[in-house]
Amino acid sequence: MSLLGGGIFKGMAVTLRNFVGSYFYKDRLTTNDYSWRPTDKLPQHAGEYPKEEGEQLRDATTVTNYSRNFPMLLHDGSEPMDTIRCVACQICERECPPQCIYIEKSTEKKENAGGKPQFYPAKFDIDVSVCMSCQICVEVCPFDAIVMNSQFELSTPDRFGGLLLRRDDLLKSNDYYHNIHPEEAAARDKRIAEEKAAKEAKKKAAAEAARKKAEEKAKADAEASEGTPDIQEDAE
Amino acid sequence: MGPHHPSTHGVFRMDVKLDGETVVDLQPVFGYLHRNHEKLAENMSYLGSMPFTDRLDYFNSMTNNWAYALAAEKLVEIEVPERADYLRVIMAELTRLVNHVSLVGFFINDLGALGTPLLYAFREREKILDLFEQASGARMMCNYFRFGGLRNDVPEGWLDRARDVVDHFPVFLDEYEQLLCENEIILSRTQGVGCLSRDLAISAGITGPMLRASGVNYDIRKVDKYSIYDRFQFRVPYTDGNVGDCYDRFMVRMLEMRESIRILKQALDGIGDGPVLGNAPKVFKPKPAEVYGRVEAPKGELGFYLIADGTPKPYRYRVRPPSLINLTVLRDMCLGQKVADAVIILGSIDIVLGEVDR
Amino acid sequence: MSHTVNHESILGKFPGTNWDQEAGALIVPAVQAKEIATWLRDNDAFLLDYCSNVTGVDYLECEVKEKVTKEDGTVETVTRTEPSRMDVVYHLYSMQKQTGPLVFKQRTNREQPEVESLTPVWRSCELQEREVFDLFGVNFKSHPDQRRILMWDEFEGHPMRKDYTEPFDYEWEPTPHDEILEKHQRGKVIV
Repeated sequence: MSLLGGGIFKGMAVTLRNFVGSYFYKDRLTTNDYSWRPTDKLPQHAGEYPKEEGEQLRDATTVTNYSRNFPMLLHDGSEPMDTIRCVACQICERECPPQCIYIEKSTEKKENAGGKPQFYPAKFDIDVSVCMSCQICVEVCPFDAIVMNSQFELSTPDRFGGLLLRRDDLLKSNDYYHNIHPEEAAARDKRIAEEKAAKEAKKKAAAEAARKKAEEKAKADAEASEGTPDIQEDAE
Repeated sequence: MGPHHPSTHGVFRMDVKLDGETVVDLQPVFGYLHRNHEKLAENMSYLGSMPFTDRLDYFNSMTNNWAYALAAEKLVEIEVPERADYLRVIMAELTRLVNHVSLVGFFINDLGALGTPLLYAFREREKILDLFEQASGARMMCNYFRFGGLRNDVPEGWLDRARDVVDHFPVFLDEYEQLLCENEIILSRTQGVGCLSRDLAISAGITGPMLRASGVNYDIRKVDKYSIYDRFQFRVPYTDGNVGDCYDRFMVRMLEMRESIRILKQALDGIGDGPVLGNAPKVFKPKPAEVYGRVEAPKGELGFYLIADGTPKPYRYRVRPPSLINLTVLRDMCLGQKVADAVIILGSIDIVLGEVDR
Repeated sequence: MSHTVNHESILGKFPGTNWDQEAGALIVPAVQAKEIATWLRDNDAFLLDYCSNVTGVDYLECEVKEKVTKEDGTVETVTRTEPSRMDVVYHLYSMQKQTGPLVFKQRTNREQPEVESLTPVWRSCELQEREVFDLFGVNFKSHPDQRRILMWDEFEGHPMRKDYTEPFDYEWEPTPHDEILEKHQRGKVIV
């Protein structure tokens, strides 16, 4: 015969165990304490806060290294517009499910870091109030120009323009990307290097083959030109 | 009982006609969260509506993704690599753990145990959500599955972390059962409440734990054997169908969690190396065909009916929502019960409004 | 994998039905639908007691190009007009036999779509047929409670139809997104 209310007592024992245990074992604690502190200033419009990349790192690295929030554009060197990877091909604009990207291509080409003239985006706006962080723009970009940032403190008091991130707000360096997503950035760089190496090897092989062909052709021409005087005499 | 109510699991309204405290008539009213997902998908490419499937049943985004990926893979006949299949099963079973443990928490919350079991459940759920974040980048709206596999491989050390979570879960479940299953209040309030007979359950198209609590042994993982479920040994808990009351549904879910842990252990042991994305075509443009793909979501049978017409957009995209169809019998179960019981019955049906309304 | 159901015997017993090979579905005329459904549910060979999914599909009138091989061997491309129609598609399973889907379609026209309700046969059709009525406008005869389910009761129009246009009654608020939306509507962004 069981004690009336015995089940309730058993349950209370569990609750007590969890309550007392939460002081000693972090495992039993139901709440988490974030170990970062937000800075004290409020942003007046998007892009103002925080200004230096060092400041941005403070709230981005304390979340896990894998989380994603909103997109950002990558550039490779110290001058953003000189080394921007985006060529304004507008594939991400087409594929974005909620259609939050707005791109205007530049009218003339500019030299990029590799020396090749290419287009660049004159305007690249992402409406962050619509973006749902689905990462599809990252997947479809053929130039590895857009990746996910993990910065989440983007609130502004300006309801209408404050949530539109423009091109200069979105540009971040590749080093920043390595800081916030080390594994992903390393894998991406590795893949880019491999593709470049493969392309170089292919070009070299094609150049080799073309050179060989040209040599053989020249040899054949030389042999043919040696033989023709005899034929000419016969013809005459 | 209007749309803003803490116990209605979302914006759900029940027009209840009462005689004293006894329910005489009950009409569910929903549509407050209707986003016409099906029409949106007709204007979007196939891949573009994958993030929207996350938001259908927002608790179990991985399973929604899987159902859609399964239907689309049937259309185009893509081969899924083995490691991707194992990871898919791991993600789906983790989702099932998340769902059942949260549901039990919410159910007990509806009974009046304001928060304690719920927060214990959420404490475990946080560990699993951390795993999801490390794999896909987001805690809930993962957008992780692709046609032919997964978007990216899990990071290093993820499998060990997953194994830690899975090893600790039975300990937690034992404690949770000790907290709940012999509690007299729960027993007296859920036994005999909301009985659902076997024939009505089959005829009304109920699926999932609710059906198994009414005595039918039907689990789509065993019937359809989609993906690699036939490699795992697991049992399907179901009752003998004499009473299909709220207590049965609650216990079926607790037992299913144990079976999920069993599958997870087998999957984590058996996973091998390899690619995670098969050869999907660059532009997903299937030939005209129609297909119905279904999975055993934690809430029931989640099916996707796709009609393709040769263009990159689907012609007709239909989601078969388990929560909506499980609501067919809400009125039958609640007649003659008290108002407080109506809340418990709704809690045991396990609805989530994102799926009911789409 | 699910075990498919053999449809040959149905075609023999009910002469009005057709089998659509491309879709893998049984096309059933509305007058016989309830009879066939009851037979499918009760007959021992089928025992299709579980109706899993009820949905509507809207087909506008369209032109279909087909390659026809004539008797003398030449292949000709023929254009024919496929008439408009509205389908109500049912996916049926058997829980007792654990057999796989039989797709069952009731076909009707688009102007006055009317089909027979199968709620008396399978209870799961109740809410789903209400949804088809709400979003497509198909009238289900002898449905116990036919009214709008997802849209509000005074809503006019049927949103899932292919020729549905949204009414211009949104409350406008200046957001940065409008620029993007305008560009999309002007046709510059192709999805």
